[in-house]
Amino acid sequence: MTNWSARWGSSMAEPRVAVGGPDDVAEQPSNCRDAWSLALEAAAARDDRVVVLVNDSIGSAGLEGFSRRFPERVIDVGIAEQNMVSVAAGLATTGRTVFVSSAASFLTGRALEQIKVDVAYTRANVKLIGQSPGVGYGPLGSTHHAIEDISWMSALPAVPVVAPSNPAETASAVAWAAGWAGCVYIRVPRRLYGTPSTSPETFTFGRATVAREGPDITLVATGAITGLVTEAAELLATEGIDARVLLMSTIKPLDPGPLLDAALGRAGIVTVEDGLVTGLGASVAAFLSEHLPTPMRRIGFHDAFAGTGDDHTLLERAGISVAGIAAAARSLMARPLPPTPCTSACGFRVAEVQGG
Amino acid sequence: MGNQRSDLLRGHRVRPRNRRATPVLLRGREVAVREVGSAGTEERLGRAGRTGPELPLDRQADGLRDVARWARRLAVRRAHATGQGHIGGEFSVVDILVTLYCAVMRLPGSAGGPDPDRLILSKGHAAVALYAAMAAAGVLDHSRLRADGGDGLPGHPVKGSAPGIEATTGSLGHGLSLGVGAALGSRMDGSRARTFVVLGDGELQEGSNWEAFMLAAHLRLGNLTAVVDANGLQQGGRVSTTNGIEPLEDKMRAFGWCCSTVDGHDFEAMLGTLTLSPGTESRQPRVVVARTTKGYGVSFMADDPSWHHRIPTDDELVRALGELDG
Repeated sequence: MTNWSARWGSSMAEPRVAVGGPDDVAEQPSNCRDAWSLALEAAAARDDRVVVLVNDSIGSAGLEGFSRRFPERVIDVGIAEQNMVSVAAGLATTGRTVFVSSAASFLTGRALEQIKVDVAYTRANVKLIGQSPGVGYGPLGSTHHAIEDISWMSALPAVPVVAPSNPAETASAVAWAAGWAGCVYIRVPRRLYGTPSTSPETFTFGRATVAREGPDITLVATGAITGLVTEAAELLATEGIDARVLLMSTIKPLDPGPLLDAALGRAGIVTVEDGLVTGLGASVAAFLSEHLPTPMRRIGFHDAFAGTGDDHTLLERAGISVAGIAAAARSLMARPLPPTPCTSACGFRVAEVQGG
Repeated sequence: MGNQRSDLLRGHRVRPRNRRATPVLLRGREVAVREVGSAGTEERLGRAGRTGPELPLDRQADGLRDVARWARRLAVRRAHATGQGHIGGEFSVVDILVTLYCAVMRLPGSAGGPDPDRLILSKGHAAVALYAAMAAAGVLDHSRLRADGGDGLPGHPVKGSAPGIEATTGSLGHGLSLGVGAALGSRMDGSRARTFVVLGDGELQEGSNWEAFMLAAHLRLGNLTAVVDANGLQQGGRVSTTNGIEPLEDKMRAFGWCCSTVDGHDFEAMLGTLTLSPGTESRQPRVVVARTTKGYGVSFMADDPSWHHRIPTDDELVRALGELDG
């Protein structure tokens, strides 16, 4: 069990069960952006300390309704992301819960140092909302893509990284963040890929979800591409490969128990993300290499920009597709090496995992 | 008096030296000044400075000057003892900080009321000057400061490392944006609290400052005051030959700020100017360009860029302390 207070700072509360969430919203939104904005509106209605900063992005953040209802609680700083993040940190010192919403590429890239110093180092109560991450802006090109954001945010000390996979989970994550006394980075997908799923309906910080059971291999998914991963699992099932699908809605901190459990006795792990493999893939690989070395395939962008084109095409070109995921799983299944439990004093005792 | 201040500010023409306005925000308290020995033990330092609204400006200035001299002695001894420090910038900004903390700001627990002002030192490398000014004003526990650096106070301010340190700075170009956020929050709260941000002039080469200058004017943050420690030098040489920022006052006014200029080592002038800092009734942010000299107070350090982060030798320490001996 992770000691949250020690890990994330004594000023931070234990992770709370999501307050509010989908039930607070009259109509269930059909996409993650609407889910985010309605959940923020609900949080603002509950708590008058909730404010949001945008960079000329009220429309692209889906905040038109919020700004009509709470005009005094939307601060549009114009096209100035560095200033936006620092102003957010300054506002947080006056006791506010400050959300910052921007296209993920500009928020995490342009303001990276402000996030490091003014938010992470200072442990400011600022929630960073990265809109349209990955290649969501497809044809607009790599200036607008955010395939580096998971890697950058994961590298910053004390910044949790969250990637919900459907509208309900997005709403729940935003409601959770409003009650979490610290900073967090949340990716809000522009579009979902593959067969959409309504599960999970709620987000629980730091917890992974088993979306599909299977004894042969584990596919680890996060965010917008989760539907592709579950489709790949169904395809593999027709070939006699029964894959578990583990949904990592919290990329940092990783949920260690389900990861170890997923690695044990299986042919290996395939990670899938709509970003550089130095994000989720590297985090999972680093964890397992220390505690339970496991054969892996990391699906995502490998040291390359996505280029310009339709987002589905860009994902497919990088192997982030049902076929690509299935192929990676098959190649792992063909390996003779089963994972071997770690016998060193690594802090995660395999027996506990095996014993449930 | 309050009406007079409002009138002055409405016209954006603040001439404190002519007006000789009574500094209504001065805090009536004695400023404790003790020197901290190099081994961490406290030694008594000559005179105690004294400032307060009941005193004429020249008497107040004398008290502040004593405090600033003590702060410079602390800074130079601390740099010598720890092998780290930014004496040049601390000597240029310390008079500003001492004036703000000891005579201008409403501090927690003071007669200023429930909404204390806050100060963000954006040029965080002048941390020791900040600590000294805070200690002199009683914000920081005076007994904690040690000339040998054994007090654990970091080389750049870290929020939460001691009471009253409002921001984590050190990377330049952050403080003004943080101040805009704090000032905006105070206004949303209906608070009387004012926010002061102290920046360097070389620091203004960071573009994020200009994003913040624009936004503060756009938001009409009259409760925000920036003070630029314009010493004309930066780490590698002169600001003017590196990437010049002049004419600074014209730029400030063009960005929508109420701007005035003051000699940053003239305590009487600073008292007159800074105590006229707008209250919450103002709708225009205010910047004071304080013209200063890097290394001010020690002849062989003055206006010499090498003292940005040079450490004094034993001989230089003795000579510097000799010049700073009240």
